[in-house]
Amino acid sequence: MIELAIFLPLIGGVIAGVFGTRMGDRASQLVTTVPMLIAATLSCYLLWDVGLQGNERTIQLFTWIDSGALELNWALRFDTLTAVMVFVVNVVSSMVHVYSIGYMSHDAHKPRFMAYLSLFTFFMLSLVTADNFVQMFFGWEGVGLMSYLLIGFWHDRPSANAAAIKAFVVNRVGDFGFMLGILGVFFVFGTLDFDAVFKAVPDVAGQSFEFLGMDVDILTTICLLLFIGAMGKSAQIGLHTWLPDAMEGPTPVSALIHAATMVTAGVFMVARLSPMFEFAPIALSVVVLIGGTTAFFAATIGLTQHDIKRVIAYSTCSQLGYMFFALGVGAYPAAIFHLMTHAFFKALLFLGAGSVIHGMDDEQDMRKMGGLFSKMKVTAVLMWIGSLALAGVPFFAGFYSKDMILESAFAAHTGLGMYAFWAGIAAALMTAFYSWRLLFLTFHGRTRADDHTFDHAHESPPVMIAPLLVLALGAVFSGYLAKEYFVGHDMNEFWGGSILMLHNIIEEAHHVPFWVKKLPILVGVIGIFAAFVMYILKPNWPAAFVARIRPVHTFVYNKWFFDELYDRVFVRPSFVLGRGLWKSGDGAVIDGVGPDGIAAATRNLAGRASRLQSGFVYHYAFAMLIGLVLLATWFLFGFFR
Amino acid sequence: MDSFPILSLITFLPLVGVAFILLIRGDEFTVARNARWAALWTSLATFVISLLLWFNFDKSTADFQFVERFEWLPSLNISYHMGIDGISLFFVILSTFLTPICVLSSWKAISSRVKEYMIAFLVLETMMIGTFAALDFVMFYIFFEAVLIPMFIIIGVWGGPRRVYAAFKFFLYTLAGSVLLLAALLTLYFEVGTTDIPTLIAYAVPPEMQTWLWLAFFASFAVKMPMWPVHTWLPDAHVEAPTAGSVILAGVLLKMGGYGFLRFSLPMLPIASDLFVPLVYTLSVIAIIYTSLVALAQEDMKKLIAYSSVAHMGFVTIGIFTATQQGIDGALFQMLSHGVISAALFLCVGVVYDREHSREIAHYGGLVERMPRFAFVFHGLHARFDRIAGDEWVRRRIPYSCRSIPGQHLGGLFGINGRDPWCRLHALSVSACHFRQAGQGASQADYGSGAPGDRDFCTVDRAGDLDGYLARSIPECF
Repeated sequence: MIELAIFLPLIGGVIAGVFGTRMGDRASQLVTTVPMLIAATLSCYLLWDVGLQGNERTIQLFTWIDSGALELNWALRFDTLTAVMVFVVNVVSSMVHVYSIGYMSHDAHKPRFMAYLSLFTFFMLSLVTADNFVQMFFGWEGVGLMSYLLIGFWHDRPSANAAAIKAFVVNRVGDFGFMLGILGVFFVFGTLDFDAVFKAVPDVAGQSFEFLGMDVDILTTICLLLFIGAMGKSAQIGLHTWLPDAMEGPTPVSALIHAATMVTAGVFMVARLSPMFEFAPIALSVVVLIGGTTAFFAATIGLTQHDIKRVIAYSTCSQLGYMFFALGVGAYPAAIFHLMTHAFFKALLFLGAGSVIHGMDDEQDMRKMGGLFSKMKVTAVLMWIGSLALAGVPFFAGFYSKDMILESAFAAHTGLGMYAFWAGIAAALMTAFYSWRLLFLTFHGRTRADDHTFDHAHESPPVMIAPLLVLALGAVFSGYLAKEYFVGHDMNEFWGGSILMLHNIIEEAHHVPFWVKKLPILVGVIGIFAAFVMYILKPNWPAAFVARIRPVHTFVYNKWFFDELYDRVFVRPSFVLGRGLWKSGDGAVIDGVGPDGIAAATRNLAGRASRLQSGFVYHYAFAMLIGLVLLATWFLFGFFR
Repeated sequence: MDSFPILSLITFLPLVGVAFILLIRGDEFTVARNARWAALWTSLATFVISLLLWFNFDKSTADFQFVERFEWLPSLNISYHMGIDGISLFFVILSTFLTPICVLSSWKAISSRVKEYMIAFLVLETMMIGTFAALDFVMFYIFFEAVLIPMFIIIGVWGGPRRVYAAFKFFLYTLAGSVLLLAALLTLYFEVGTTDIPTLIAYAVPPEMQTWLWLAFFASFAVKMPMWPVHTWLPDAHVEAPTAGSVILAGVLLKMGGYGFLRFSLPMLPIASDLFVPLVYTLSVIAIIYTSLVALAQEDMKKLIAYSSVAHMGFVTIGIFTATQQGIDGALFQMLSHGVISAALFLCVGVVYDREHSREIAHYGGLVERMPRFAFVFHGLHARFDRIAGDEWVRRRIPYSCRSIPGQHLGGLFGINGRDPWCRLHALSVSACHFRQAGQGASQADYGSGAPGDRDFCTVDRAGDLDGYLARSIPECF
């Protein structure tokens, strides 16, 4: 029964994908959306049954691979962590399905789009229900593939194709680490089943192997490799460059894949592997460092962007940084809590942005918006709600989860914890600022759109607004309703055995000083006020301010020049190297010395030999004479010796 | 089923088709048409009959099945011996599966000398099946080398502008290895007194001899594979060959090298195989990285696929020489999937080449608008080629099997012999039980003491294990 929550999206996606063009747009929308809605309902039941009733279970489906020491079953692991993820994925995905019916109404390839969405959902579900590393990797690769296809959905746009390839390739870098991590796990533990590995972790902790003359901790190495995979998928600094470009895909895709679900796979993975990471403190420190840096770094870029979707994309990147440093200090429940609330309000923001773009005739540049409040009131209010939740304003969802993360970082009482705390505070300030910058530039003030576009700007149809309302409910209430279960008194019963915390940092986080609890709210209010001053009261200030700090702005506006750096350091040298190996390695050396060289040498030798065949009798007679002399000499002296 | 010579039937059925085609008379058009149909029906019939092998295959045994054995040259102790096991079954079916596809893909693409073309393909099919089904080294050698002849003709006659260069390069490269293989065959014959493959597998070859024999085998199989640095014939051959030629080349011919390693090097020469593991790994890793980079720089579609084939084969050799069940399973799986996928990719290139007469990647763009279904297939195949679970998974487990380089290499490297997980792994390790000893900490010296006459090193049932687990496990991978 509950398996249906996992497999309904697959069924719908396959039907729409195979028969889509034959059965028409409406039918393929129905055949994907209705199963998704059923699956979402089932996953609500699942969350209740597993999370609140404590009925954890693992459903064995079939034997997948049986090869020597490697035995893998395809099993669905339903514990609380999975139930939360299934709930988030299915609910957001079903809302995105409904929304897409409206958003893609002018597109010529609706069945394909719906099929991709459903298949993506299936892969994401198989990722979160995995019972072993390889099953997880299957889902991991599957979502990567669907992400690639959906980013490049409008394949007639070169920029979309380039973005799709970029997302694919950058993710491969991360996958490389993930793969090595999995191989390392198999190497050390001899199995890839989560339970068996987790059980054996304490024995391996502290062991080391020698590498290049240094003693390296085994578990730390494995965890770091796995974390590289998480960094790729979750767009952490260094491997983040694909996420902003992924906004080339249709907006529902950005909401589902690049905000709510797929990019959180890395967070989920670390939480799922908490029994391993808990025994690898150095790896956790790296997670804190990367998470804190990403939270800060992405927020700075978000301040400067003009594309409405890119602002939200960098915001996503920054929020993922929060989740990671929460994981790093050991506050796994806080990270998953933020993952859930973030899924609601970020999907809401993206779909709201999509609603604006839809109403503005595919305009994405905020410099050409403004004053849209009067035209699309519902969207504007919903975007306000999303931003309030994102900025962590009290009683909205983000307030509970973000505060929990910051308090945990403070409570860790480590240097890196404090670093993450202050980076998080700075990011919170910037988050509030750029969120309201977005709101003010889009909905308030005087419009900067041309008359034609502004006159035709319109509110979106109900089929697009309804999902926004559902997500808005989540953005408002999910934090308040869930906090006791996720990070409160009922925490231990709720999570059951799905997360291991050697050290209950959540408990300590409840006892941090008063100012730590209030600081995030304070900086949030400051950020909102600053945006109000800059974009409503004194609209000429931003330009003047930018002019004063021109070098800094250029650096931040160009995304800290990561793309240019990678292009110089990795992309171009690879092509040059490949060309060089081809032309000089294969061409000059191997062929030159090998077949072509031997052929030339043979021809050369044959030419010389044929020159001996001069045709003059006295040449031959002379050669015979020499031969005779040599033979005679050999016989005479050789014989007597 | 045992009494019926099914293997001989599918091996020589294509030759019957050849006889029919030779009998065709009439004007040029009629001959071409009838030759096409005759070739198609023959190859289809062969494919259908070969499916009987699949359905009647007994997965529970490690022995050779469908065995046929007749006296051939009794004075030399050479017999006509055919039979297949879990390794060869799939290659036989792969060959019979690809041939009708090749005939179909050449339907319109080949318009000159159609009769000869079809004959070449049917002869090629016989030789391919024979290579995989032969259980006598002499028979294997004959089939293995005879494959060259029709392939040489196909590239040299129906190929592109530089076809003669490519054909000679292909031929000479392969022949250089073959000479050494022949020398090894003779040496083995004089040592053991027979060329019967099961007997050879059961025989413990002295270690010093193993080294030389292994190198000779390696020379031949590495060229066929192809491994770096003897791979440069492949891109040229692929580019110049007609589409169907590329399909067979990538689909079946490349697998003969891997098959040779699995059938000969590993079970017959386990000690040398172990000794040369570092060499194989080094060359394979170079091949993977080097040719992948080269593939990145290609502008010609066929060359790109050819170079990436070399990289894929690098994974296969690593997998084979891990000598673990996972590694070999993975290598086999990889060879099969590569056989189907790269063949299909070459067909796709053939499709666009027939329309546009260009293989430049830059020449194309927006094909999806005019050919949506084609684009879907092409895209899907590329995705399969590069990633996605099944294939990817296999490729992944090969490298990790690298750790089963016997204990002295990696066990020391990782310094965790205390709870050596590979002991368990090696207990399952295949063809050579000496790997197990290595895993348990035996040093190189142990090989010396136990090697020459010690049956335990490579006993009959050990060697059988190799095939046994393959027979049992591969079908479950699907």
